[in-house]
Amino acid sequence: MSPDEKENRNPTIHKRIEDREITPEELDDSVVDEFDCREIFDLIRSINDPEHPLSLEELNVVEERLIEVDNKRNSIDVMFTPTIPHCSMATLIGLCIRVQLLRTLPPRFKVSVKISPGTHATEEAINKQLADKERVAAALENKHLIKVINECICKSN
Amino acid sequence: MLFEPYHLTYVLRLIEFPKHDIPFADCKQPKLQLVQVLSGHRGRVWNVSWHPGGNILASCGEDKTIRLWGTEGGPEGKWVVKTSLTDGHERTIREVAWSPCGNYLASASFDATTAIWDKKSGTWECNATLEGHENEIKSVSWAKSGQLLATCSRDKTVWVWEIAEEDEYECAAVVNAHVQDVKKVVWHPTDEILVSASYDNSIKMFRNDPADDDWSCIATLTSHTSTVWSIAFDRTGTRLASVSDDGTLKIWRVYLPGNGEGIGLPDDIDPRWKCVCTIVGLHSRSIYDVAWCHQTDLIATACGDDVVRIFQECPDSDPHQPSFNLVASSSGVNGHHQDVNAVAWHPTIPGLLASASDDGDVKLWKFLEGEL
Repeated sequence: MSPDEKENRNPTIHKRIEDREITPEELDDSVVDEFDCREIFDLIRSINDPEHPLSLEELNVVEERLIEVDNKRNSIDVMFTPTIPHCSMATLIGLCIRVQLLRTLPPRFKVSVKISPGTHATEEAINKQLADKERVAAALENKHLIKVINECICKSN
Repeated sequence: MLFEPYHLTYVLRLIEFPKHDIPFADCKQPKLQLVQVLSGHRGRVWNVSWHPGGNILASCGEDKTIRLWGTEGGPEGKWVVKTSLTDGHERTIREVAWSPCGNYLASASFDATTAIWDKKSGTWECNATLEGHENEIKSVSWAKSGQLLATCSRDKTVWVWEIAEEDEYECAAVVNAHVQDVKKVVWHPTDEILVSASYDNSIKMFRNDPADDDWSCIATLTSHTSTVWSIAFDRTGTRLASVSDDGTLKIWRVYLPGNGEGIGLPDDIDPRWKCVCTIVGLHSRSIYDVAWCHQTDLIATACGDDVVRIFQECPDSDPHQPSFNLVASSSGVNGHHQDVNAVAWHPTIPGLLASASDDGDVKLWKFLEGEL
């Protein structure tokens, strides 16, 4: 495969959902509003796919229904769906989601990023790698890799 | 050669602790009291190590610095940072380890080097750099004799280094036994046996074979179902504690050849290690470190759920099926606010414990025994 050639040349493109409506309660600083799935989704929906000039939302890689937030236990679980089961970019996409959430959420949250069950050939290996904070920390010190990640995330901002 | 231990699982009785952190006078339960918070690192603190004399605590982390902490105005004084070593590594410093004599400090870094520091010139400086690993070094450990050093890396290898002469370290062996990252290396407290824990879920033990001067694997301990993050021997070296991403703490016991328990085959030449206790359901996330106190026999764990926990063996415990109780934990406002990465018992003051966390702090704790 040449470097320009894409693994999945014809991905299905999905429609972006409408922006969140901001309620008067949310603008009121005296009202405590907790993190919800939609908020997490909004943080990651615009991350650019490493291969296509499309967002993870448009490729249906991330979906609001695959996000779980538990404010009491401070845990956020995100599942993502690679466009094809042999996608070699799956780890990179997972890292992008992880980094974006690490940078935007308060540190009290324990974030887990996993592949939706049954959607990738090496799902377990990738999940284990994404859950290993030492490997993630080392990866983020890799200048080349962090540049690629930043490009995916920053296009979105 | 693989020995599958039938392991006994104990779901331990969780002792109820008072919810508040203010110590009240008539508290009879054992507890973990916060002694001091050591702030200064920027970002995650990965590891802490006590000088064998007990008067220096070294800490390291993602800010690429090593901090040496000591007390002000006598051994009872407040712990303050005495020195910061900043020019040794280009990337995260994952682990620090004092040599048994206390004259050298080894630091293992994601930059693929291990630095050896000493104070011969009057100030702490790096006088040797051990190069050879392909990528991140995760752990470094000195043998009891002080003549051997072990390092391990994401490159799946364990290296044994020999101290040839002053500031000269030679690679004595490269051990290729694991199939994934090696997370931790630890030496046996008395014998020249090296133990490693890996992302491949196994623990392996190695011994130098005088016949060919190679380090050969003498035991493989399999029972954990995910990455083994850390291991620690008890004071006798006949038991090993291990902690894992699978959320369990396991206790292993050695059965020497010809043991009366009928463990292993009669013609075994190597000792057999058997998992004799598994503690499940108490840690709610990955466990990153374990420390077995050689003075009090208490076990401390560092967990991804932000809690430091203390375990004590039940007094009438069966040596072949021991049981351990959770006797204290660091939860509450005094606890760490993010993952705890490391725990280390003080070498001479019983019950004094240091912990390191992603929240950027090192904390000192005192384990207080309950009263009957």
